[in-house]
Amino acid sequence: MFHDALLVARKDLIIERRAHVVLGQVSPLGLLILVVFGFAFDANVELLRLGSAGLFWVAVLFTGLLLVQRTFDVETEDGNLDALRLSGFLPQSIFLGKVIGLIVQLFLLEFALVIGLIVLFDVTVVDWLLFLAATVLGTFAFSVCGALFGALASGIRLRSTLLPLLLIPVLAPVLLAGTRAHEVALGLSSAPGWNWTGLLLVITAVYTSLGLVSFGPLLEDG
Amino acid sequence: MPSVVDFSGVIALRGQYPVLAGLDLCIEQGEIVLLRGPNGAGKTSLLRACSGLLSIASGKASVLGYDLLASNQEVRKHIGFVAHQNHLYSDLWVRDQLRFRALAARAHDGDIRSICDRMEIPQRLLQLPTESLSAGQQRRVTIAAVALRRPRLWLLDEPHAGLDSEGRDLLDSLLQDAAKAGATIVFASHEINRAETIATRSISILGGQAVGGTNVS
Repeated sequence: MFHDALLVARKDLIIERRAHVVLGQVSPLGLLILVVFGFAFDANVELLRLGSAGLFWVAVLFTGLLLVQRTFDVETEDGNLDALRLSGFLPQSIFLGKVIGLIVQLFLLEFALVIGLIVLFDVTVVDWLLFLAATVLGTFAFSVCGALFGALASGIRLRSTLLPLLLIPVLAPVLLAGTRAHEVALGLSSAPGWNWTGLLLVITAVYTSLGLVSFGPLLEDG
Repeated sequence: MPSVVDFSGVIALRGQYPVLAGLDLCIEQGEIVLLRGPNGAGKTSLLRACSGLLSIASGKASVLGYDLLASNQEVRKHIGFVAHQNHLYSDLWVRDQLRFRALAARAHDGDIRSICDRMEIPQRLLQLPTESLSAGQQRRVTIAAVALRRPRLWLLDEPHAGLDSEGRDLLDSLLQDAAKAGATIVFASHEINRAETIATRSISILGGQAVGGTNVS
């Protein structure tokens, strides 16, 4: 199962390498969102620094949605979903492959956004371990939810507008937990940050289980 | 010979509309069967039903010994399906495309070279994005990708579309060799003259039913 999952992920990442969507389009868009926030808050560095954790996750949310959309658009073009269904891969392998592909792409995006935060908003990470744990777990949670709801929307004609409507409410707890954990990691709050990473872990586990069970039927309806 | 496709009273729906309406069909191993009929007759639906991509609502349906009503997953591993669409990722290079299909089918780089030679896909094309290929070249890549699976049952929907004369000859030769090796070929075509040169049997489809069959050669 994992061998096939890696094949699917590898294929998605090669498509990304050839098309340069993350590095050429989505990451610059994420940075642009941070800059626009900067203008919206009248370049008030202190205010931006206080809100930097939330702004990071909002930027991840909107740009990550494009990556989820793209991940399933490549399957719906030219009937590729049928070829994937005929490939002999288990649906669980396809699900995990999509998740792994999204995780790698989101990491690239988040790397650019973290650089943007440090440069634009003058933030300092005081607890790197918590910061990395929250980023990694938040990315996992985002990716499993994205793969699950991306497959759900892939069979729907108006999927490009429907996917955000479906996915954003599901990702709201990820946004909240990621923001709270990052606030602690950036020294902006003294709340127990590791509790929020625990929530991210639970969300990841729940949606991974859901995805493994339901991805097959979703793929058949796609 | 064992039946590769054994359909009896098969009904398949798209929405509320029966695309297969009580279809009876029996195809044996090694046959090359041409499906003929007007647009909307149910040829594509029949091919999709055989591949397990179209769910069967009722009737008895067995493909390669797998009961499609019980599960339509297992049979898919043994199917090679050339559809109207090419099933190619536009951003992937041709080499990446074929390597992905090969790895999925547990085939090797040697198999890729071999099928590229067979379909006369030049090496220089392997380094190009699929979207930059002509329609005929893309069709050749699609057929090569399907052949890498070494399917026991080939299902082809208008396989000659987009191919030049040489490409059509190559495809016909590939299908005939596959049939000689024990595979079964079922294809739909409107190019009757060419199709009948390789078909061993022709079946007419109309209104989602098989309405007649003739031995061609």
